[in-house]
Amino acid sequence: MEPILRVEHLHKEFDGYTVLDDVSLTVNAGEVVVIVGPSGCGKSTFLRCLNGLEKIEDGKVLLDGKVINPVSENIVKERQKIGMVFQSYDLFPHKTILQNIILAPMKVQKRNKEEAVSEAISLLDRVGLSNKKDQYPRQLSGGQKQRVAIVRALIMHPEILLFDEVTAALDPEMVREVLEVVLSLAKEGRTMMIVTHEMAFARAVADRVVFIDGGRIVEENTPEEFFTDPVTERAQRFLDSFKY
Amino acid sequence: MDFEAISSYFPLYVEAFFLTIKIGWIGIALSLGIGIAGAFVLHFKIPVFSAVIKAYVELFRNTPLLVQLFFIYFGLPKVGLAISAQNCGIIGLGLLGGSYMIEAIRSGLEAVPVSQTESAVALGFTRRQIFTNVILPQAVIGGMPAVMANIIFLLKETSVFSAISLMDLMFTAKDLIGLYYDTTECLVLLVLFYIVMLLPVSALGSFVEKKIRYGSYGV
Amino acid sequence: MNSFISDIGIDVLLKGNNMMRLLEGLMTALKISMISVVLSIFLGLILGMLMSLNKRVINAFSRIYLEIVRIMPQMVLLFIVYFGATKAMGINLDAETASIIVFTFWGTAEMADLVRGSLISIPVIQYESSYALGMTKLQTYIHVIIPQTVRRLLPLAINLITRMIKTTSLVMMIGIVEVLKVGQQIIEANRKSSPNAAFGIFATVFILYFLACWPISLLARYLEKKAA
Repeated sequence: MEPILRVEHLHKEFDGYTVLDDVSLTVNAGEVVVIVGPSGCGKSTFLRCLNGLEKIEDGKVLLDGKVINPVSENIVKERQKIGMVFQSYDLFPHKTILQNIILAPMKVQKRNKEEAVSEAISLLDRVGLSNKKDQYPRQLSGGQKQRVAIVRALIMHPEILLFDEVTAALDPEMVREVLEVVLSLAKEGRTMMIVTHEMAFARAVADRVVFIDGGRIVEENTPEEFFTDPVTERAQRFLDSFKY
Repeated sequence: MDFEAISSYFPLYVEAFFLTIKIGWIGIALSLGIGIAGAFVLHFKIPVFSAVIKAYVELFRNTPLLVQLFFIYFGLPKVGLAISAQNCGIIGLGLLGGSYMIEAIRSGLEAVPVSQTESAVALGFTRRQIFTNVILPQAVIGGMPAVMANIIFLLKETSVFSAISLMDLMFTAKDLIGLYYDTTECLVLLVLFYIVMLLPVSALGSFVEKKIRYGSYGV
Repeated sequence: MNSFISDIGIDVLLKGNNMMRLLEGLMTALKISMISVVLSIFLGLILGMLMSLNKRVINAFSRIYLEIVRIMPQMVLLFIVYFGATKAMGINLDAETASIIVFTFWGTAEMADLVRGSLISIPVIQYESSYALGMTKLQTYIHVIIPQTVRRLLPLAINLITRMIKTTSLVMMIGIVEVLKVGQQIIEANRKSSPNAAFGIFATVFILYFLACWPISLLARYLEKKAA
């Protein structure tokens, strides 16, 4: 089977400093790939390269065989197939929850309003927030905002979802409500790439774990093996840093 | 206090008041137009135009309106550009105000976090859609207190129009004091009319600022 | 070339000591603004600190005072003090003193508002963590609060200087011979020989004010960037 996403020899620099070095990876339909690694290893940058938020110096990102390139003409079209959720949720503060969710389907995909609203409400229902639809982002907790951000990405019917440390800015008691939503999406068979620091969650949700260190993929493994008996010594050291 | 004098001067002040308001608000409208256009040019870093706008802002923010008016009203006719006193007031106020409005609106635009643009990009919006649907509405709200402060500032600046013989409130007061020596009465009327002109705007400004600062808006 | 220079009225500048006289006029304006700035900063610091104490009487007083300054044009204040005081109290104020009083009255309010704003923008946690480290109230102010306040305040206070200089141009309206007035006098005196002097002179005045204010604005902006 042809993979959904294929990354070939990706090279990324910031001001001459190499952040990602010859990174290659494929993701198949329905697969959940979790990316872990120490802070500053380049894992978030990697995710941002995948939907063209960052310019890349070398290599290729292919979605369904089509090149994702931040300067190409069809980037806006291609990007709609990729949903992304950020650490800082970034809901639009001047719009209600419902308006936040239906803005892109209406403006970008030109869908009609009733249809967008009804899908928005059923998605909100699913994450337990349909009663908040007319409130503004500032009236919601961090965990609630992040669940709305996930809904905002889902309504675009993306082929692949990217999660960039979606729980890193949350209070501990709110982490679970967000992770449960992500986990339920995984069970549904969605294709996802997740950058996270929550190791227990990574283990539970992943089909495959990718360990990045120093801008390179150091280890790719099944979650069982990675977390119990990693192949590389650097991965072992990384995992040890979570133990007291 | 001589109330007879006050009631006889009153109609003159009313006339001057409306002239001041008219020129003031047309000038402010012009300054907002310049402000929006200029901020847009700077925000999108449009080459050449950006440099021109920057030079203009520096020049007009660092010189007094009175000097600008003298140059436009007395100086420009000597090189063949004669402008009526009224238009001169409007243009002067518009140019001065424009330089302040550009800064106010631009800072509103810049206050919108980059991550807002990024998440809109990730949702597939085009550049134009992001500007109109995401950046602009937030910038308008964020820049509002500064814009209101500029409006108050510009309304106050209208008080120098008398220097180019516009029959505004200042001119009327000065004229009447010179003619009849009813200094106290003339000054009281002057203050009253400026209060009527500025207090409502000032109150609106405070209201807007409170509303924005205390939570009716925010992430 | 010569005809071009007289067409745009630059020729008068080269006649006699006209350029010198314009510069002297500018100095008169700058002197008034500098005295007012120093007084305003000093008085504004005191009032601003008082205002940050949040005492009811001070708040009521300062609100009225600030609102007056906020809505009354400096021009109106100048008229009230210069013409009104003379008439009402029988004091014969000279124009320079009247303008210094008015600009200080205005500048103090502006400065006080800036001081209060900078003081209350320091988060409470800064005080609390200083107390938690065992510092006294005085130590907290000296080592923690004031240094942070000054960094925020400095660019704003410097901006006030340029605004003060620009506002000083108004003093010609109460008869002080500053740069605009000198300009008018030169234009009058050379009406026959240089009929286009108004362009050259007022363009020069424009540039002189710009040269006086621009470096200060640049300094303020530089400090603002550094503080951020």
